[in-house]
Amino acid sequence: MGAFILFLKSGPLFHVDGLVMSENFIELRNVRKEFAGVVALNDLSLTIRKGEIHCLAGENGSGKSTLIKVMSGVYQPDSGEISIDGKAVSQLSPMASIEHGVQVIYQDFSLFGNLTVAENLAMNVQLREQRHILNWRRMREIAREAVSRLGVELDLDTDVEKLSTAGKQLVAIARALMSDARLIIMDEPTTALTGKEIETLFRIVKDIQSRGIAILFVSHKMREMLEISDHITVIRNGEKVADGPTRDFDEALITRHMTGLDIVSEPYIWDREKYGLMPARVETRNLSFGTDLDDINLAIKPGEIVGLSGLLGSGRTELALSLFGMMPGYRGSIMLNGQETSLDTPQDAIKAGVAYVPEDRLSEGLFLTQGIDRNMLSTSYEKLAPGLLIDRKKAEDWVDTMIRDMQIATPTGKKLVKELSGGNQQRVVIARWLLTHAKFLILNGPTVGVDVGSKAEIHRIIRELAQKEGLAVLMISDDVPELVHNCNRIVLMHRGAFVEEMASVDTSEDQISDKLKNLT
Amino acid sequence: MAWFQKSEVVIAGILVLAMVIIGLVNPAFWSLDNMFSLLRSNVIIGIMALGVLLVMISGGIDVSFPAFAVAAMYLTVKGMIYFNYDGVVLPFVAAATMGALFGCLNAFFVYKFRMIPLIVTLGTGSMVRGFLLGIVGTSMININKMPDALIDFGKSDIVNMVKADGTTYGLTAMILVYFGLAVALHLVLRHTTIGRGVYALGGDPEAASRVGFNIRKITFFIYCVAGALAGFAGLLHSGMIWLANPRDFVGLELDVIAAVVLGGASIFGGRGSVLGTMLGVFMLVMVKNSLIIMKIDTTWQRVVVGVIIVIATAITAWRDRRANA
Repeated sequence: MGAFILFLKSGPLFHVDGLVMSENFIELRNVRKEFAGVVALNDLSLTIRKGEIHCLAGENGSGKSTLIKVMSGVYQPDSGEISIDGKAVSQLSPMASIEHGVQVIYQDFSLFGNLTVAENLAMNVQLREQRHILNWRRMREIAREAVSRLGVELDLDTDVEKLSTAGKQLVAIARALMSDARLIIMDEPTTALTGKEIETLFRIVKDIQSRGIAILFVSHKMREMLEISDHITVIRNGEKVADGPTRDFDEALITRHMTGLDIVSEPYIWDREKYGLMPARVETRNLSFGTDLDDINLAIKPGEIVGLSGLLGSGRTELALSLFGMMPGYRGSIMLNGQETSLDTPQDAIKAGVAYVPEDRLSEGLFLTQGIDRNMLSTSYEKLAPGLLIDRKKAEDWVDTMIRDMQIATPTGKKLVKELSGGNQQRVVIARWLLTHAKFLILNGPTVGVDVGSKAEIHRIIRELAQKEGLAVLMISDDVPELVHNCNRIVLMHRGAFVEEMASVDTSEDQISDKLKNLT
Repeated sequence: MAWFQKSEVVIAGILVLAMVIIGLVNPAFWSLDNMFSLLRSNVIIGIMALGVLLVMISGGIDVSFPAFAVAAMYLTVKGMIYFNYDGVVLPFVAAATMGALFGCLNAFFVYKFRMIPLIVTLGTGSMVRGFLLGIVGTSMININKMPDALIDFGKSDIVNMVKADGTTYGLTAMILVYFGLAVALHLVLRHTTIGRGVYALGGDPEAASRVGFNIRKITFFIYCVAGALAGFAGLLHSGMIWLANPRDFVGLELDVIAAVVLGGASIFGGRGSVLGTMLGVFMLVMVKNSLIIMKIDTTWQRVVVGVIIVIATAITAWRDRRANA
């Protein structure tokens, strides 16, 4: 035994002559994939080197997810080659891909909320070893080791559903690392995270990289890509349109590659002369609610777009909900158009001209299996039915006008909302509220999960509505550039109170990001 | 999780409280005689509840088991009479196997066509009951025709007591069968990969298949075991009441589901335990038993069961929603 160890330590055995280790982990060459005649990936080549952080940028529908599925063995390419460690892999199955060390962290994390952190972590090992009987003590050890390897604190006995999004993500990352991963693909990992959590995530990603594990970061948030990655590949319509070291890119360039268009954003200027003397659309005086809201004084005049940011749990969503009548029992007063109004139900708020586009438009805002028309009209039926019956002709007109105004990509108003892209879905929700002739629009995360092109379009529509129609807008977002470009004022909230208000013309994105990071 | 937050502890607490109250109203409740008879009433509902628990953890629901139980029971007893067989082991194996086969039918539709378990089991239950009455027969098999082996087995007691007036009473040995099955299911759920797979399936079916669980295998396991437990319970029931009635068990699904929900299992799947279910079964049986002692009309017992289902489901749903928030 001793001799054996000595022999190993002497070393030379490890360097087999003639076998030059490849610097590339995975290479895709001229990969093509079609689905029923629609080209999803066209002649696409991609190389990920060992231990690099590689960003894959592209809008929704550009082929990003198809590419992930090709690498994880879920889809077989129609033509083209894949090689791992310099060796061609003929058929990459999901199992083979995992054996080669490719791990995908999906957006929904694929965790079991009803099971503990320990069990979630140890389950893969359990299944891989094809054990039939569990050893709970060993499972806990496996889990403890996985968590300590990540250098974070996680209570192993908590049910996963009790963790925050960031916590769940950590569990998913820890699980991916357990299986001797060599490439971790992260699909939109920062979507639901706050500034501070993103910072932690990036620290962990760098740490993983330092162990020689490559990371493919799939995203459409430019600032993050530029901050974290070594190399960027941009794809559009299934084709690679650019790739190179990150230092060669800037935001404008990535956007141009992703959309094929130049998107210029100018800061939003509020027309003080036109709207300054009018009464505020909404004004709160000493608005408080339990520990969620603490003495909030906010006034938004017509035409203003006020940005609101803060960490999750800062009370920003509660403020939005209280202005939409969903927090009855608040203290203080709310004035709408100069008149004190009590907002105890959403119906009160809607009648008073308040509109709310929720954070999670899918679960809170849209009826996915219904058509665009019904979704748009769902808050307007009272107006459409003066008597007993709905005025169908008028309803159709309204829907057609809105589809045109909001530039929703659809041949007809009957198309089901679930078949639309994220950007178009968001437009349907906004259109619904415009049909109620809202005077005050609350947008909570207006472009979460929306691609760059649609995002710019939604921003344009909102700004136009504010400028021309005098709509007052409260825009809640984690996306700092979004706030800086679209709001005339930005308010930061923390622990239920306003901590700072800034005019966006004299504030840079970095200043706001720093302030957000320093909130604890 | 702190111990006092565990569902089982909460249920046990409520159970003790209920027992104290019932005992105060009716001191006879605490008599050994009554306790033994209560435990006896736990056996059949309890074994069936174990099957329903399994299905509910996986995120499904089963309303077909009373039909499977009655079919397995009636066919087995008929078979025993036909072959003049007087053993016990083989008939129980036969009844459980029949139940498992019926369960496979459920699993097939649930897995293959991704159908909602409620609809599948409503359909299969109705079919099996219909076939039984239509083809096999509708006549009851009374004590004079019932196989003696079955009756003797059902009669066996663990302890026998003599009352002051000379009548005897005992604790049925069937309670051991029930406890044995419960322990077995507990071990499977808690300590085997397939058991954890049931929880995983109830937690997130998509994630379960991504991690590498064999969903087909787990689905078949769940419904076959549930069916086997029902078939077994059905035959045991006939041995205990010395009667094989093809129209038995009508409406029992509601009692059993109420007991399982009362025991803390989530209607959304992913949550539930054997101990909790056993406590739930005991509570339900106790409440119904007390209503009988208090001479309350059977129609009102249905109302009580309905109320229990609604309240218990509301509480567990509220608990689960809070956990997800």
